[in-house]
Amino acid sequence: MKVSVLYFASVREKLGTDREEIDLPAEVSTITALRSHLRGRGGAWADALAESRLLRTALNQDMAPPAAAIKPGDEIAFFPPVTGG
Amino acid sequence: MKISVQKGDFDLGAEVKAISGNPKIGAVASFVGLVRDVEMTLEHYPGMTERAIVKIVDEAKGRWQVMDCTVIHRHGALKPNDRIVLVAVASGHRGDAFAACEFIMDYLKTQAPFWKKEQTAEGTRWVEAKAVDDKAAERWK
Repeated sequence: MKVSVLYFASVREKLGTDREEIDLPAEVSTITALRSHLRGRGGAWADALAESRLLRTALNQDMAPPAAAIKPGDEIAFFPPVTGG
Repeated sequence: MKISVQKGDFDLGAEVKAISGNPKIGAVASFVGLVRDVEMTLEHYPGMTERAIVKIVDEAKGRWQVMDCTVIHRHGALKPNDRIVLVAVASGHRGDAFAACEFIMDYLKTQAPFWKKEQTAEGTRWVEAKAVDDKAAERWK
């Protein structure tokens, strides 16, 4: 399953990348599973996406809860709580 | 309705005038947010940010009489005292204009994907989200 994954702000900086296209194994079907899958890369990935970090997630450019299901072609984003205004 | 996420500055007077034309409008409430005493860079999520602001404005329209509305949020490098954000709401009466303007601002702070990074003498740091902003947004529920 191919998806796009985007990273913003401190997450982007820690990972040294702002977006990637990934071909996921079939069992990675939720945002939580994707986050865990990416942590499996170790190093900066395990740190930036650690379970202890309070991160927000978006699915196709709408805020989405961690349990949200993902499907082929989706755009998923990981970022810290927002600080605009 | 005008929603803009832009690098450049804006002119409060021109923006208020632009939403004041309808003779049924009796009130325009506007809010301008400024950078305090620190240099910063504002990052956003192109596409989602604009979408999130549209949703916030739509929500305000469902709650109050909003006859026209402009939201401008800047991104990129900003200096102390620069304008960051403008929310201007035109309505028949002031109550709706004030409430919708404050609501949009409170939701912008907690729902729209923007991130501030401050540059100080000690280095750079990402601004942490504040619980007080969550509280401000909560009270509209």
